Amino acid sequence: MSDEAESVGAGATLDVEPVGAEAILSDRAARGKSLHMAIFAGLAVLLLIAPFLMYPFFLMKLLCFALFASAFNLLLGYGGLLSFGHAAYFGMASYVSAHAAKVWGLSPELAILAGMVTAAGLGLLFGALAIRRQGIYFAMVTLAFAQMIYFFALQAPFTGGEDGIQGVPRGHLFGIIDLSNAMTFYYVVAVVFLLGILLIYRIIHSPFGQVLKAIRDNEPRAISLGYRADHYKLAVFVLSATLSGLAGGMKAIVVQLASLTDVYWAMSGEVVLMTLLGGMGTIFGPMVGAAIIITMQNYLASLGAWVTVAQGVVFVVAVLMFREGIVGVVSKWLKKPL
Amino acid sequence: MAEIFGIPAAALYGQLLLGFINGAFYATLSLGLAVIFGLLNIINFTHGAQYMMGAFVGWMLLTYLGIGYWPALILAPIIVGVVGMVIERLLISRLYKLDHLYGLLLTFGLALIIEGLFRNGYGVSGMSYAIPAELSGGVNLGFMFLPLYRGWVVLASLVVCLGTWFMIEKTRLGAYLRAATENPTLVQAFGINVPLLVTLTYGFGVALAGFAGVLAAPIYAVNPMMGSNLIIVVFAVVVIGGMGSILGAVVTGFALGLIEGLTKVFYPEAAATVIFIIMAIVLLVKPAGLFGREA
Repeated sequence: MSDEAESVGAGATLDVEPVGAEAILSDRAARGKSLHMAIFAGLAVLLLIAPFLMYPFFLMKLLCFALFASAFNLLLGYGGLLSFGHAAYFGMASYVSAHAAKVWGLSPELAILAGMVTAAGLGLLFGALAIRRQGIYFAMVTLAFAQMIYFFALQAPFTGGEDGIQGVPRGHLFGIIDLSNAMTFYYVVAVVFLLGILLIYRIIHSPFGQVLKAIRDNEPRAISLGYRADHYKLAVFVLSATLSGLAGGMKAIVVQLASLTDVYWAMSGEVVLMTLLGGMGTIFGPMVGAAIIITMQNYLASLGAWVTVAQGVVFVVAVLMFREGIVGVVSKWLKKPL
Repeated sequence: MAEIFGIPAAALYGQLLLGFINGAFYATLSLGLAVIFGLLNIINFTHGAQYMMGAFVGWMLLTYLGIGYWPALILAPIIVGVVGMVIERLLISRLYKLDHLYGLLLTFGLALIIEGLFRNGYGVSGMSYAIPAELSGGVNLGFMFLPLYRGWVVLASLVVCLGTWFMIEKTRLGAYLRAATENPTLVQAFGINVPLLVTLTYGFGVALAGFAGVLAAPIYAVNPMMGSNLIIVVFAVVVIGGMGSILGAVVTGFALGLIEGLTKVFYPEAAATVIFIIMAIVLLVKPAGLFGREA
């Protein structure tokens, strides 16, 4: 990745914008921005009409995973950090939210908030340790910590072991809006999803996000410019974990279930796959990837273990010949970052 | 009955032996990972699946062809190794010029495919594999009862680990390998076929996993998921030991197996997580790993 930073002037590679040429940068950013706003508007319209075309329950699940993948992409695509253990934050938030809603009787927004706080705490703890290593080791460390959380979830009494936490009540949002109505709940989820994506978009395009990309492309240079790379890495790790927690908590309320599947390593792999397939380092890629994978799982569900085989094949094909991902290819085509 | 720290001595020794056996598997698997990583610079996520394949090939040889344990101990690693070499030539070799993380992602995808296929064919319940007649039963050592097969597992993996160490550190082939790890271009210029060396190294590392799989078959149930959970623990072992030295990987593997066994005696609740906690401590104190060279 550091080689790329030497040839930034070419501007051919995705997301690598010329450093120092501020006029070009801002011009390009402005053009990109109007396109992005148009896509966001289109997305909003799509979200508005989608429940009339498809099952709201399926859509809600899809949106939760799309948010999860986007949160993961914030870390991988923009921080350049491959975490192989994001199931820990997603899954633990899912457990805590389910427990809070069912046992403590909290309203859904507070239950999800409890999940997010848990994910943020875990992210801070594991992130601080994991960023001490880089590259492949970083991936292995995050995976190992996630497995630790899996064993914890397997043994801790409140998670219900193999059964998970079932029959999580949906309750009333802010104590007034009844979420047992699928359409109402769908629009709540859609709004949270859109806000989450906009927040990620804002983070990426903030000065913080710019520094992050600089660290991703050439860490020694960023450090020599006076940036504390470790602080930035930890910050984006915690942000990503927290937003994954939002997705996980919301998923627990939507599906009314928190189970070991959510914290298992296969889930960590799935979110990597969604991001890779859609296009890492693109804003809209992960949600496209999530839509494809969740739809695939939905249609192939009756085939049992073939789903795993199919996911493996998609993984291999994506790594060997499709590394930019779907949105990445489109973005290259349009010569605009997406 | 004798007691140590309030624990019956027999129970303590039993758990220590169990820990030693787990340690043998950690050592053999992390050794394979280290050998592959040294030359290919990729982390072989398929390693767990290949360990599982070793156990399954052993089981298939017995069930379909009537080939017993001892020939299988040689044949299964060769078969798994050859399949590995084909995979390396066809797929993994395309990624050497890219970021090493792609190697991790590719081998993860391959692991999903292999495990999925075996799950389709054999379900998740698991098959049993009988202990070979020569090694059934056990001996009374005076202070504990040692099942012969378990003793054999520890002995066999120790011999294989030390043999690997000897081959890499003391033979000409090992010298080529170490040289190619340091500077592949220069070694290639000296007329050594480096791509072939890479393929053979991958095949050898994978064969080690297959060997561990056959050893494990009579102890654990042969099932498609037996490798995936184990390999994550082995990753933690690798992070703790660092991949700088062959002997380091072996020592770390056995030591962590023992610590896990001890934890099972004194604080069973933490037995599954103790290795990860040690990993966290090592990351705080010596981020490069106990035997690691670079930060």
